[in-house]
Amino acid sequence: MASSAKSTSFTAVRKSVQMGDEAARLVTLVFAGGILLITLLVVAVLWDHSSLALYKFGFHFFTSQNWDPNSDEFGALPFVYGTLMTSFLALLIAVPLGVGAAIFLAELAPPKISSILTFLVELLAAVPSVIYGLLAIFTLVPFMRDTVEPALQSTLGFLPFFQGQIFGVGYLTAGVILAIMTFPFIISISREALLAVPREQREAALALGATQWESTFDIVLPNARLGIIGSIFLGLARALGETMAVTMVIGNDPSIKASLFAPGYTIAAVIANEFAEASGNLHLSALVALSFVLFLLTMVINGAARLMIMATSRKGA
Amino acid sequence: MMKLISLRFASMCFAAMVTATLALSQNITGAGATFPYPIYSQWFSEFKKTHGSVQINYQSLGSGAGIRQLEAGTVDFGASDKPMTDEEIGKQKVKPLHFPTVMGGVVPIYNLPGSSGDVKFSAQALAGIFLGTISKWNDPILLKDNPGLPDKNIVVVHRSDGSGTTFVFSDFLAKVSPEWKSKCGASASIKWPVGLGAKGSEGVTGLVKQTPFSVSYVELIFATQNKIGYGSVKNAAGNFIKADINSVSAAASGAAKNMPTDYRVSIANAAGKDSYPISTFTWLLIPSTIADGNKKKALIEFLHWMLKDGQKMAGALGYAPLPPSVVAMVDKSIAQVQ
Repeated sequence: MASSAKSTSFTAVRKSVQMGDEAARLVTLVFAGGILLITLLVVAVLWDHSSLALYKFGFHFFTSQNWDPNSDEFGALPFVYGTLMTSFLALLIAVPLGVGAAIFLAELAPPKISSILTFLVELLAAVPSVIYGLLAIFTLVPFMRDTVEPALQSTLGFLPFFQGQIFGVGYLTAGVILAIMTFPFIISISREALLAVPREQREAALALGATQWESTFDIVLPNARLGIIGSIFLGLARALGETMAVTMVIGNDPSIKASLFAPGYTIAAVIANEFAEASGNLHLSALVALSFVLFLLTMVINGAARLMIMATSRKGA
Repeated sequence: MMKLISLRFASMCFAAMVTATLALSQNITGAGATFPYPIYSQWFSEFKKTHGSVQINYQSLGSGAGIRQLEAGTVDFGASDKPMTDEEIGKQKVKPLHFPTVMGGVVPIYNLPGSSGDVKFSAQALAGIFLGTISKWNDPILLKDNPGLPDKNIVVVHRSDGSGTTFVFSDFLAKVSPEWKSKCGASASIKWPVGLGAKGSEGVTGLVKQTPFSVSYVELIFATQNKIGYGSVKNAAGNFIKADINSVSAAASGAAKNMPTDYRVSIANAAGKDSYPISTFTWLLIPSTIADGNKKKALIEFLHWMLKDGQKMAGALGYAPLPPSVVAMVDKSIAQVQ
């Protein structure tokens, strides 16, 4: 290229770069708009297909416990309860376990062990859920029926949660399998969040005379809390929507019982079970209405997560 | 570059070949019942071997889904384990005809540790167990036919997904027990008074194997293919009959005398001393008028073939073939497809 033409070619390049920027902006804008459009379409379609059931039953749909396809009576409450209950149990088990393991992997474990364990955890996160379901039927269910649940009943049997007949399948077993499925997510993202805390923070704490645990608990953990909360909500989202593994171990009985040993049902499970052979339009519509409820549930929970993150960020650094 | 061009040329040739064969062959799609899927897929592939130009694609989505797809016009024919109701037929733009293809039975399975010999279930016992009124294995009603059953709670397991199997089983219970009929009825999805739900025949057998003192029901073909032991059931004539191809066929022969011309009939609790009481036909749902002449010709040809050559393949897969009297009747009915 001749040196005399240099300045003109420079502006031309400038211009084409600007045009490239403009094009990239437009293309990504279309993609981003697509996400919004898809969300709106999902809401519109769910609303449209569930309107038959929602008009017929109104608010009663959310408070009724009766789900009887034969007499066209549909109530969502047992499924909402089952979904929330199993997800709550899953988090109750998975959060301490997952965050604890993440702290060990990020802060305490020798690098070699940490990298091997991290690899294994990420492998666990990739296992398809139907495999977890099969494992649950053949190993977890008998273990819960013969060992865990009788032990709980004999020690804590005075509580209503641990009474009644033991089947091996039910809320508690579903909660345990969900915990096993969610905790790889919690570990792997929490660990990343912990590792992202600057090394200087730890060194400063140690220099001021903190023990390693004090540095971890008072300095690193608060700094990483956003990532940890994020990981928990990601795990919760998986637990709420999980279908195959849950339906294989929850017992699929649409009723609300105090006992955690009793069979229950979740929204995702009933949709998977009944959609293909739905007996009529109202049944189909009630199932779509349930998926609408699940959609709203995840929206509300994600919104709550956002609010929680905003609240804690303002308080802290 | 040469390579690229030749590759492109080859792919064009290939595309042309594919369109050419597609234009020659007749594609027919159907959807519906999962229970006859093994025999249907064999029939369609065998039929293609002898009638090269006809490719029948079948999706086993479930009887209900098959009926809905037929209504929506997305498939050429449907298939169902239960006869369509008048209401369902009324919704269809073109009236569908029912063609029985093969028969199957539903058998009671159970997990009784330490007991040998088959359990005999009277109709009263089965209804009581699934209603929850019989909750122990040593209930007098069960003990009467099976001395020595243990003093243990019965764990009822049932299908949680809507299923033709559940329809056949509940249809039988509704016929023999007025209480079942009024409380639960006959349907692919039941509001079960007791028990644990499991998804699919695999889920049900898995849970029964895992749960001592449990009881459930699966299709005969599923039980035989997976070598699961099952109990015998008392039929209308008062005999305890174990389900097999012969006893299921006997149920159809028993019902053949009063066969309605549209074949919408339940053969649950059929008469005849050798009839297995929880038996059923499974039907192809063919529109009564088919506009596309080639499709009509191919489907009619298939129906004739199914009644002649197709029936011979049924037994090997665990399905009961149609009795000759029914075959003769159905063969005449094919002319109704216009």
